Amino acid sequence: MAEKIIELRDIKKSYGSVYALGGVNLGVEKGEVVGLLGDNGAGKSTLIKILAGAVRPTSGEILVRGRAVAGWNAARSREAGIETVFQDRALAVQQSIVRNIFMGNEIANRFGFLDTDKEIEEAHRLMREIGFTSKVFSPKSIVGQLSGGERQGVAIARAIYKEADLIILDEPTTALSLTETNKVFHFVRQVKASGRSIVFIGHNIHHVYDIADRFVVIDRGKVALEADRKEIKTADHLVRYMEHIAHPEKSAEPDPKPAKVRKKGTV
Amino acid sequence: MPETKLKGSVASGSAESWLHPQDNIWRRFVMNNRAALGSLAVFVVMILIFIAANPTVFTSWTVYSSVLTTLPVAIFLVVPLVFIVTVGEIDLSFPATMGVAAWAFALVVKAGYDPSLGFIAALIVGSVLGGFVGSLVVYGNLSSLIATLGMNFVLRGVILIFTEGKSIALVSLNDNWFFKLFSSDFYGLPIQIFWAVIFVVFCAYLYSRHRFGVHVHIVGDNPDSAGQMGINVKAVRVKAFIFMGIGAAIAGVFSTMINFTWWPSSGDGYLLPVLASVFVGGTPTWGGIGTVAGGAIGALTVSFIQTGIVGAGLSGFYVQFFNGLIIILSLLGHRWNQVRYR
Repeated sequence: MAEKIIELRDIKKSYGSVYALGGVNLGVEKGEVVGLLGDNGAGKSTLIKILAGAVRPTSGEILVRGRAVAGWNAARSREAGIETVFQDRALAVQQSIVRNIFMGNEIANRFGFLDTDKEIEEAHRLMREIGFTSKVFSPKSIVGQLSGGERQGVAIARAIYKEADLIILDEPTTALSLTETNKVFHFVRQVKASGRSIVFIGHNIHHVYDIADRFVVIDRGKVALEADRKEIKTADHLVRYMEHIAHPEKSAEPDPKPAKVRKKGTV
Repeated sequence: MPETKLKGSVASGSAESWLHPQDNIWRRFVMNNRAALGSLAVFVVMILIFIAANPTVFTSWTVYSSVLTTLPVAIFLVVPLVFIVTVGEIDLSFPATMGVAAWAFALVVKAGYDPSLGFIAALIVGSVLGGFVGSLVVYGNLSSLIATLGMNFVLRGVILIFTEGKSIALVSLNDNWFFKLFSSDFYGLPIQIFWAVIFVVFCAYLYSRHRFGVHVHIVGDNPDSAGQMGINVKAVRVKAFIFMGIGAAIAGVFSTMINFTWWPSSGDGYLLPVLASVFVGGTPTWGGIGTVAGGAIGALTVSFIQTGIVGAGLSGFYVQFFNGLIIILSLLGHRWNQVRYR
């Protein structure tokens, strides 16, 4: 079994009396692409915010490369080699592209003064790498001037700068044009080819089916289905499973049956 | 699939191809310093009007020299306040912090110790008070507007309770090396202005080229994003308040040395002019952006208004009116000059 970059054990998260997550187990192995699916409000976003350290779980254990970590937060998550492209992109729109790419990860000397030349050079390289080659913008341009797709590009550039072991993409194609969406998928395949892991959260089941090695379906705060690609023959098969999870009384459980199906409320 | 490696897989053009066709150095300088240059324009126009109104007074050096003695005190307050406003907070407690820190300085000097020790004491008191006010706002989750307003009264009250309104005279300062270094004349100019310029240049670097400064920008711009990217948002905010406390302490010591006396009201008169200077200087109220150089120019403008109005031959009754007019006009100017990105 390959090494697990991160493993969540029995993670629960409640906001007041409302449970967003009711005991989730999820591990990400080196080099695999995990497709995370689920309806709105199922707990996907809470789950990835916990992976990114932006939200603290109410209870449960987090292991990084097999070791339990205490005091998990966003800084620890990034130190552990996990980079996240949040659904809202987490940009500071009044700042320049460079400042956003190096947000919380500035290139500085030991007195804390920045090496801005190096940062701009690196920003040039990253922007070329993700195919962000408009002549109108430079690394010093303000992010507020950019379009949605270009902003997504900045968020992705930030995630790949540190050569992270795991990149989490939370609905990266929402509100993007077809060309921009294709760019994002091109990027995902590049990352996959370079042997790094991805957790991909998507609404579009066909998109997720195309790139994921393993599917995890979250339903009402629990893992409802966990299946390898081998076990799910077609995207349609996955769609029928999603329907069955959402409305078990209306649709029969499709065949063939993956090993790790968990019926609602039985986790 | 062709995409086997990530680096350099999309080869398209050199770094130069990135530059905007019109991106020459002057254009960039103007675009990067719009707010500060706008403040400078306000100042220049104001001085030109004063010169036109009374050429004899405003072409002699004396009117400028008197402003240059008191201006540094304001600058040590305005520049840290630019950091506070950029981080998305406000501080109304700096006048009392300045008073308490200067009080510590006065007590140490009065007790017969070297003024340099008094200065260190003032810096410690200033940063502790700044840290306390900041923690109250950040960890108490209070509105900085109200909490710092309250702290201003509390600290001023503490001064009045303990001193019963008595001032401290510091005649022994006169021959000291510390006094000469920080509060004498240097080639005909008040030496404070050199320290103020050094402070402004250092802070401008701290503001835009240091991790602390860029975190202040990002936290003020979007605290949620900053937190998601691993920046300790609360620590950055508290640090900004500590920095304000340090600035207030320096201002307090300079002001005390100019007057050879510490008054229980020390710092009180600075509240409104300093606040006005920050915004006249081109730092907007919404946080995330600002300008240190603009703030310093704003302080220059605001401290010149009073001298200028009287020097131009108008009676002192006009001072407040023109003070307000210049503030409003420069805000309108900055509104037109700056775009807010969301």
